[in-house]
Amino acid sequence: MNRLGIIGIVVVVLFVLVALLAPFIATHDVGATDLLLRYAPPSAEHWFGTDSTGRDIFSRVVFGARISLEVGIVVVVVSAFFGTIVGAIAGYYGGWVDRFLSGYIFNVFLAFPGLLLAIALVAFLGAGLNKLIFALCIIGWVGYARLIRAQVLKVREYDFVNAARALGAGDLRILAVHILPNAIQPLIVQASLGMAGAVLSEASLSFLGLGVPPPAPSWGVMIEEARDLSTLQAAPHALIFPGLAIALTVLAFNFIGDGLREYLDPRQRRR
Amino acid sequence: MNRKIFGVLRRLGFLVLVVWTVVSLVTLLIELVPGDPATAVLGDQATPEQLAQFRSKHGLDRPPFFFGLPVAEDGHRRFHWYGLDNRYTDYWRAILHGDLGTSFRTEQPVFDLIKSRYPYTIALALASMAIAICIAIPLGVIAGKNRGTTTDNGLSVLALIGISLPSFVIGPMLVYVFAVKLRWLGGYGSENWTFIILPAFTLGAALSAILTRMVRSSVIEELGEPYVRTARAKGLSERTVVYKHVLKNGLIPVVTILGLQLGVLLAGAIITEKIFGWPGLGLLLVEDGIAKRDYSVVQGCVLAISTTYILANTLTDLLYRWLDPRIRVS
Repeated sequence: MNRLGIIGIVVVVLFVLVALLAPFIATHDVGATDLLLRYAPPSAEHWFGTDSTGRDIFSRVVFGARISLEVGIVVVVVSAFFGTIVGAIAGYYGGWVDRFLSGYIFNVFLAFPGLLLAIALVAFLGAGLNKLIFALCIIGWVGYARLIRAQVLKVREYDFVNAARALGAGDLRILAVHILPNAIQPLIVQASLGMAGAVLSEASLSFLGLGVPPPAPSWGVMIEEARDLSTLQAAPHALIFPGLAIALTVLAFNFIGDGLREYLDPRQRRR
Repeated sequence: MNRKIFGVLRRLGFLVLVVWTVVSLVTLLIELVPGDPATAVLGDQATPEQLAQFRSKHGLDRPPFFFGLPVAEDGHRRFHWYGLDNRYTDYWRAILHGDLGTSFRTEQPVFDLIKSRYPYTIALALASMAIAICIAIPLGVIAGKNRGTTTDNGLSVLALIGISLPSFVIGPMLVYVFAVKLRWLGGYGSENWTFIILPAFTLGAALSAILTRMVRSSVIEELGEPYVRTARAKGLSERTVVYKHVLKNGLIPVVTILGLQLGVLLAGAIITEKIFGWPGLGLLLVEDGIAKRDYSVVQGCVLAISTTYILANTLTDLLYRWLDPRIRVS
């Protein structure tokens, strides 16, 4: 793996540790306001300063990692699971099943640009962490499905698949034991990029007021609260620290994804 | 010739199918509102008369689809066939007449609201695309020509940072530096043309990073082709070889990405418009639609954005076929 990929792994390990050990790392109560200490700059007491109601930004960023990690893991696991099943069915059976799934269903889901479908779903369902996760899974599975379909299309032509069939193996056994293990490699890359996407999407939706409702310390919510002109002028750090947290986390997962892709594809490694 | 026309017709037929499904899904989205949409809009204090009036005005008292599972007298849900007399057909009939219903809040026609905001979003998307292209082509060419060097690696890292920094972090920081501190550019609103610069740059940042990577790999690939050696052997300057020969071929895949990325820009515009108060479809969707639970406005905006995206994709596809004869033949 290249150097950036290693850096990515280190940052992600840190991120996971911070999320898991949040209660021990945070220095203050995330909800505790102190109106006498609004917009305080970073200091020994408040490492990242305080926000417009005097809450400790460091502790909020630390607990925000929990929300990001939770959303990221659930969205990636659920989307990859359902995407793999649908993609494998489309790729393995081909014919009209494939035409219906990849020709029609995939394209309907891809017809909504980016986050629009998630925004629309949460707008009608109402804001909340579970609804946000649901919406991100609804838009997330198609990417995995397309990927696995393409892989399965390739792998199912290999001789060992024919051999398994000749030996009398059933469809399910061929798919699960012979095809999927050989098709799954790019899924790891996609999952890593998917974590980056999910963390970013959670922050975006929370920023739009469609995710975790305040006062929960979601990074997106913190940025939304810090971006009005008076706060920007008095306390730019209220924007910078959660912004850095998002950027670093997303960057780290992207580094890992890119590094893995190169590592798994020897043709790219030489470049 | 016939095969070519058939290919285009098939693409258009498919387009109609996808648009029909998307419109249908958006129409039925209102069924997802927990509880009753009328109560959600008017609040708990509304009298039963007000609620009934609101429902009949917006057709919410009519069955949502051709069939449903209403609660029967014995308390069980039973399948019931409503026939053509339902909200879904109403919606389609209205759409085909250019009517997207009226706002749940202001009674204004949703179509007029969208028409007044649409040009702003398109202008923002095109401006950010232009900025992205202006940044990406020179940077991508430099990285591609100097593959493997420190310059190339530095640009790769820069591109990844551009992809990873969300617009709602870049945007407020740009506002802070250029509108609050330096007072060079407009920050919030759309008073004059300078107000488009910061949102367009914010929206285009990620795209310019993606494009830089594409142009880079495209240039690397094309530089290995025999025609480049021929051009060099003819004694052409390196600049002519790269900008006239390599870029011409190398930009074809980039054009495809641009079409697909227009959708990402349209969706990203929702967030960017909110940051900068740019009065496009995104701001309409977020501030007038979602924040005020004006569901008909939300539906109209989602429809407008997604159909624009589908049309742009189809156009790109056709353009791509026209640009690259290899695809036309196969």
